Amino acid sequence: MNGRLHLPGLALLGFIVLIFLPGGEAQAVEVERVVSPKGIEAWLVRNHANPIISLKLAFRGGAALDPKGKEGLARMVSTVLDEGAGDLNSQTFQKRLDDLSITLHFSAGRDTFQGTLKTLTKNRDEAFDLLALALNKPRFDGEPISRMRSQLLAGLRQDAEDPDEIASLSLFKALFPDHPYGRPVKGTPETIRAITADDLRAFVSRRLARDNLLIGVVGDITPERLGMLLDKTFGGLPARASDWRLPEAAKPAGGKTLVVKKPVPQSAIVFAQEGLKRDDPDFYAAYVMNHVLGAGGFTSRLYTEIREKRGLAYSVGSYLYPLDAAGLIYGSAGTANKRVAETLKIIRSQWARMAKKGVTGEELKDAKTYLTGSFPLRFTSNGRVASILIGMQLDQLGIDYLDRRNGYIEAVTLEDVNRVAKKWLNPKKLTVVVVGEPEGVSSGK
Amino acid sequence: MMTFVQGDRRALLPFFALVAVLLVTAARVDAAVFNPKTFRLSNGIQVVLIPNNRVPVATHMVWYRVGSADEEPGKTGAAHLLEHLMFKGTPAYPSGAFSKIVARNGGQENAFTSQDYTGYYQTIAVDRLEKVMAMEADRMTNLILSENDVKTERLVVLEERRQRIDNNPSAILREYVNAAMFLNYPYRNPVIGWADEIRSLTRKDILAFYRRWYGPDNAIVVIAGDVTVEQVRPMAERTYGKIPAVSKPPRPRPGRVRPQEPPQKASRRVVLKDERVRQPFWSRQFMAPSYRNGATGQAYALEVLSEIFGDGSTSRLYRSLVVERKLAVSAGVRYDPSALGPARFVVYASPRLGVSIEQLKNAVADEIKILLKSGVTSDELERTVRRMQADAVYARDSLSTGAQVLGESLVIGMSIDDVESWPERIGAVTVEQINAAARAVLIRGHSVTSTLLPLKEGS
Repeated sequence: MNGRLHLPGLALLGFIVLIFLPGGEAQAVEVERVVSPKGIEAWLVRNHANPIISLKLAFRGGAALDPKGKEGLARMVSTVLDEGAGDLNSQTFQKRLDDLSITLHFSAGRDTFQGTLKTLTKNRDEAFDLLALALNKPRFDGEPISRMRSQLLAGLRQDAEDPDEIASLSLFKALFPDHPYGRPVKGTPETIRAITADDLRAFVSRRLARDNLLIGVVGDITPERLGMLLDKTFGGLPARASDWRLPEAAKPAGGKTLVVKKPVPQSAIVFAQEGLKRDDPDFYAAYVMNHVLGAGGFTSRLYTEIREKRGLAYSVGSYLYPLDAAGLIYGSAGTANKRVAETLKIIRSQWARMAKKGVTGEELKDAKTYLTGSFPLRFTSNGRVASILIGMQLDQLGIDYLDRRNGYIEAVTLEDVNRVAKKWLNPKKLTVVVVGEPEGVSSGK
Repeated sequence: MMTFVQGDRRALLPFFALVAVLLVTAARVDAAVFNPKTFRLSNGIQVVLIPNNRVPVATHMVWYRVGSADEEPGKTGAAHLLEHLMFKGTPAYPSGAFSKIVARNGGQENAFTSQDYTGYYQTIAVDRLEKVMAMEADRMTNLILSENDVKTERLVVLEERRQRIDNNPSAILREYVNAAMFLNYPYRNPVIGWADEIRSLTRKDILAFYRRWYGPDNAIVVIAGDVTVEQVRPMAERTYGKIPAVSKPPRPRPGRVRPQEPPQKASRRVVLKDERVRQPFWSRQFMAPSYRNGATGQAYALEVLSEIFGDGSTSRLYRSLVVERKLAVSAGVRYDPSALGPARFVVYASPRLGVSIEQLKNAVADEIKILLKSGVTSDELERTVRRMQADAVYARDSLSTGAQVLGESLVIGMSIDDVESWPERIGAVTVEQINAAARAVLIRGHSVTSTLLPLKEGS
């Protein structure tokens, strides 16, 4: 039925991507660019296997833009935005979602404010209506604000004793002392208490607009129908958001070790140094390098040396952590207090070994076959594909990226990896935070 | 609603885990949920196939009918340590080759242990499926372990225990609650094991456990993906089909005969005060029928009841305690009937700042009293059933959900029909059944009440 709709001005630009598997078999995933009559763009992957539609949206600009003294604002908005809108108070709104089996929620990260909508096809129009209401006419009534505030404060009380939370907060504070990235995404008890309904309203009117909005849709919907719904849902948002760009963060000085004393049997260890941003030409070489170093499932060097050979930790790994205004190479481990010093020594020596000697030809080959071969495994549900569509837009990778992605990995050479390892990895640049009662490790430069 | 608690890599699957594990909620529903196909090989192994042609990828899982509740006294943690050690090697794929081959083929893998089952899985391009089937079939009977493998992996598991339990007061409390809840049933022991018993597990213990429980007659293979029975059957014959039905000399499978839980007749109270606690937590749990234990006919009614009473922000408990009376920051119910042994109906709440546990407890008791006196309404029933049935439609979306649900159900002795007719059975639940089940289960004098508190009151 939907196929009969023809909307003037609806632009459809499709891009068919072939997902290649190790054996050479290919399967098409078609990413379509849908531009609504009012000019709102979404990327769509149709899938009619089940009567389900998933939508993900992201507004550029996240918690790093929270005003000083109001840290946690973006996050608080994310909890209250689905708690009443238009004529529907909180309980009525939530009941409507429940009764129609619609999932709607929001979240805030450092660089983005995101939303998720999931609905059965039969409730599609109501689902988009509820999303539109939440974005355009949130009520911010006193009751849900005070309820969410009390929940956020309870969460902060728990986090205050959680070794992993403490470690990550302390690390970002140490890495970015003079940049918004050093401030807590979840705020502090003081800032959460300071946030008012007017702050929430100001956030919505300034941050949620059409020019910083990215949309990914996957599932049982036609481009024509989606185009119409895009206008109804997002057409009422302001054309422009206030500036979301952040000043570039100063490169972390590094070399510092920070011990936060907590009475726990296992220390939480996190460590990071400056790293690459997503648009760095060396990003793929670094991605392959880090796969060998600490990201490769049960086969990475950190896993092998720390867990497999010595039984020092249950979980250990490293990750590339690109942000809009900074890049990091980040890692974590957990080990008994008396084995922290040994674990840190191995992490540093693996860091140095990679910087000095790079990877072997066989490690490179294995990393590439894994990274290219496992790419299709990311496409196994509507929600996951919708997230990929958002990520591609956020990182400005182009609508044909899926088709090019494995080529980028294949093109990485041994020289690239080893050059990038030498250029970036430096154990002396690591900032290390240990939360627990570690033996033989203390704070210091 | 079925709740999967799935850990990260070689993880542990404790029921009712509240902690840092990924919660994937899935339901089974709407007439014919996953449309699986099944066949059995001559050595007894059952193969279940769930067609899904979204991408040319398959999830391949092997489920063993053994979990931590099948361990011998003094050997807690054996099922889980074995799960870790299954990655060590066989003569054909020695020292870590299994994981290397999976990775080289672009596959992802993991494993998990629960009270009732142990599972291993890989997700991989469909043209590599036979390779992982062959490797999984190989390690079903050919595991080799060195003393050093066991020694090192024990340390890893002890770190896992520190991370999941000892570093976390609410997890510590949960161990005490489980021990209080079950007088005799082995669910009283933690899946990961007690630390001292993990330390004392030997290579011999693990190999004995392996030989006793692992084999084609005690395993179920579940595959979800872009394959047909016509393609999978010959692959299964070439891989799993080659494993002899029983080892030499032949040994009958002992079966799962577990200690029985006597009727609950006393209330118990467990309190943990810990300097690491700043947000108190309260819960009360009642022993309840599961799909496989006790008055199993009540399980579906209890699932609906748990949703009405305590699932989400429009449930009775949340509405009353969190929204209207402003006593709690969270309140709800957990009930998971997918168990071979007894299930638990858990009611929980966490107070707002300044609200005492006493006030909170009384407010929950008020709601239970109202429920027992007036029952649920037909409107609540209808809304909830509709929502639960929709969950089953959503469950079809992800490649792995069907494999998880089928595996978890079959491994505890349920049938494919049980899974496929779940929406129908939920739809058949009546107000009277819910009210009768509530009265049978929610008996204060038979419950375990737990409280997690800061060391100093008012801190």
